[in-house]
Amino acid sequence: MIKRGLLATAAVAGMLAMGSFSAAEAKTLVFCSEGSPEGFTPALYTAGTTFDASSRQVFNRLVEFERGSTTIVPALAEGFEVSEDGTEYTFNLRKGVKFHTTKFFTPTRDFNADDVIFSFERQRNADHPYNKISGGNYEYFNGMSMPDLIKDIVKVDDYTVKFILNRPEAPFIANMGMDFASIHSAEYADAMAAAGTLDDFDQKPVGTGPFQFEDYQKDSQIRYKAHPDYWSGKAPLDRLVFSITPDASVRYQKLKAGECHVMPYPNPADLEAMASDSDVNLMQQEGLNVGYLAYNSLMPPFDNPKVRKALNMAVNKEAIIDAVFQGAGKVAKNPIPPTIWSYNDATVDDGYDPEAAKALLAEAGVSGLTTKIWAMPVQRPYNPNARRMAELIQADWANVGVTAEIVSYEWGEYLKRSKDKDRDGAVLLGWTGDNGDPDNFLAVLLGCDGVGGSNRAQWCHKPFEDLIQKAKTTSDFDERIKLYEEAQIVFKEQAPWATIAHSVVFKPIRPEVVDFRIDPFGGHVFYGVDLKE
Amino acid sequence: MIRFILTKLGLLIPTFLGVTLVAFSFIRMLPGDPVELLAGERGVSPERHAELMATLGFDKPLWEQYFSFLVGILHGDLGTSFSSKQPVLEEFFVRFPATIELATCAIIFAALIGLPAGIVAAVKRGSAFDHTLMGISLTGYSMPIFWWGLLLIILFSSPDMLNLTPVSGRISALFWVDTQTGFMLIDSLLSDEKGAFKSAAAHLVLPTIVLGTIPMAIIARQTRSAMLEILGEDYVRTAKAKGLSPFRIVGIHALRNALITVITVIGLQVGVLLAGAILTETIFSWPGIGKWMIDSISRRDYFAVQGGIVLIASIVMLVNLLVDFMYGLINPRILHRRS
Repeated sequence: MIKRGLLATAAVAGMLAMGSFSAAEAKTLVFCSEGSPEGFTPALYTAGTTFDASSRQVFNRLVEFERGSTTIVPALAEGFEVSEDGTEYTFNLRKGVKFHTTKFFTPTRDFNADDVIFSFERQRNADHPYNKISGGNYEYFNGMSMPDLIKDIVKVDDYTVKFILNRPEAPFIANMGMDFASIHSAEYADAMAAAGTLDDFDQKPVGTGPFQFEDYQKDSQIRYKAHPDYWSGKAPLDRLVFSITPDASVRYQKLKAGECHVMPYPNPADLEAMASDSDVNLMQQEGLNVGYLAYNSLMPPFDNPKVRKALNMAVNKEAIIDAVFQGAGKVAKNPIPPTIWSYNDATVDDGYDPEAAKALLAEAGVSGLTTKIWAMPVQRPYNPNARRMAELIQADWANVGVTAEIVSYEWGEYLKRSKDKDRDGAVLLGWTGDNGDPDNFLAVLLGCDGVGGSNRAQWCHKPFEDLIQKAKTTSDFDERIKLYEEAQIVFKEQAPWATIAHSVVFKPIRPEVVDFRIDPFGGHVFYGVDLKE
Repeated sequence: MIRFILTKLGLLIPTFLGVTLVAFSFIRMLPGDPVELLAGERGVSPERHAELMATLGFDKPLWEQYFSFLVGILHGDLGTSFSSKQPVLEEFFVRFPATIELATCAIIFAALIGLPAGIVAAVKRGSAFDHTLMGISLTGYSMPIFWWGLLLIILFSSPDMLNLTPVSGRISALFWVDTQTGFMLIDSLLSDEKGAFKSAAAHLVLPTIVLGTIPMAIIARQTRSAMLEILGEDYVRTAKAKGLSPFRIVGIHALRNALITVITVIGLQVGVLLAGAILTETIFSWPGIGKWMIDSISRRDYFAVQGGIVLIASIVMLVNLLVDFMYGLINPRILHRRS
């Protein structure tokens, strides 16, 4: 009786549902996003989910990354000039750029220098009226050392803005393409301030981007309409909907059923089925990431490069790629992924050779070594199963006489404890690039400033540091390439990490989706995407 | 009657204080640093970490934080979620209608099927129907929700199978229904979009079945037990001897008394449904408070978690109070005896 009841109810509802799908005539793309955005002002947050919902659809930056690549292209700035000493960047702003006209705001003027000044001063100046609004934490702005770097921002005229830096910094332009550097409407901010609704500014975004925000039903849907006056031409789609679907299996079912067109983060276990599914076009691309095992180079015997190299040689990385990444990864030999400029393909990896590893350990005077391997408790793009990876490394090390214990902590604790300079053992972690600049990997993860912080190897090696600092301050691109290539050679000699893998990013889309490109930064950009009639 | 109500209300105060203490300490006992979680692999400097902890008020002694929490509750302020930067109260009530809508449908579904099934099983005690029903209800009761939900999605929503119902969400993404009441069935009716109500109703079917399965099993079993007990009473035998129709005996005399037990169960289930819709909401991407709580716990969003627990517990306490009052309406003897 119960079963019959269920079937009858479902059948009736199903018929109702089928009648509903012909409702809309507008060209609507549905993206089954993996989570809810924290808000809509990208500078306040750090999650990719938030950037997808805000900066990548609603806002523009002075310069941007070309869709599907790490190449910087002009956006709200038509061009820029750099002073001889590399400390002044003058941006020439694009004219005639319209902000969104929405249900809650009608702009009276075009984009100009005031909007640029507002967007950066809010983050930079503690006395700015918007600085403390919505928590007032600008983690990316701080994390990219902007407060130390930017000396002043000057409005030269309505369409010219000058950034004066305290020191030359070559990655500055790449940083300007990052989400936190999105440009907001100063006029809208003033209107909200006048109305006494400052908090709404971060929840109902107004930008110049290809899609304008319409409505957000929390944890359910975000709706956008194409910006009719977009400076680069109206988007081929009329509407864009983010249908928030946290479970990967459910996302796949929705994709199959045609309830969404693009889904992120498929279950690795579903990839095989997706590849042979006629309802799905499984796109893939090498990720802009690296997964690594960082030794604590401050603690003996790991302060000896020979020991680190020996342990690297004991690890069978090919086996890890097969078992942990199920083939969807590539062995990493350098600390930056091959898709980043200056990747040095001439470096030689510490090849898998247990006998040579034993010999090297003996040469370093190490025997009966016991240590720990830290396994992350979460799945990340650069490491889908850290526990399994740790077990494989543990077994490999046992073959060369090294006894390792696997430890793990809750994710927040893991991140915190792994920073300790007196940490015991080697840490599994990784990184996904923010701006396509090698500095974003090498300085953040291996620079002396990161010791006790993001440099989990606690490795501060002067020859390496000199190279990356020099590369940071020179504006000669060819020179920078040479310096970073050299830095990778030093890295391989010193082996502060066992570089494990660069993972492949999969993106299942519906066959009717046209010209969707995988974003190397892990984001989802829908301008330029179309749907077949 | 007034004394009865006052006694019941008086008992709520210590219970409520206990809840605030549990809610406050529960999230703080979990390992995990909220600032580190917020920063991810990038991390924050120790100075910035200390600054953020101070901004959030976590540098103060625990008793002081708890006291601020209590004072905030008295002023109707549960703090600000540090992931969304929005007031917790607002965050909660934006999502609450979705949970209420689903829980109401689930409890109606559970009662509509569980109640008659339990009655019939009791009347036909020992029959094949009785054994089958009890077997099914035991299965329903033991069903892992996540598995059950995915199974139904694959069976009813997959294009490779029956393809009858939508997979998840509250309404098709093609309909742009404005939020007016927060209840999608009502909002879709109020909207101009043709077919929106049908879509909203269709989206409710699978989550209702999944969330209502366990309460349905419980209601069926409890109704059966209560009815069996009542049907063995002397007055039922007397009614039979008087020649009353089976419908009058079962439907009016026995059921009225059995309802006391059944309403208790339904009342308890309402609490369970409000607080326990977490898995169902996660599987069906249902934007209710369960899913919000899970997200808040994983982000160690202290204010959201402690505020959410207090609000859910308060609602459950109120529902139970209402159930107590309903006893009195169904059987006034209880009211008199208690007061």
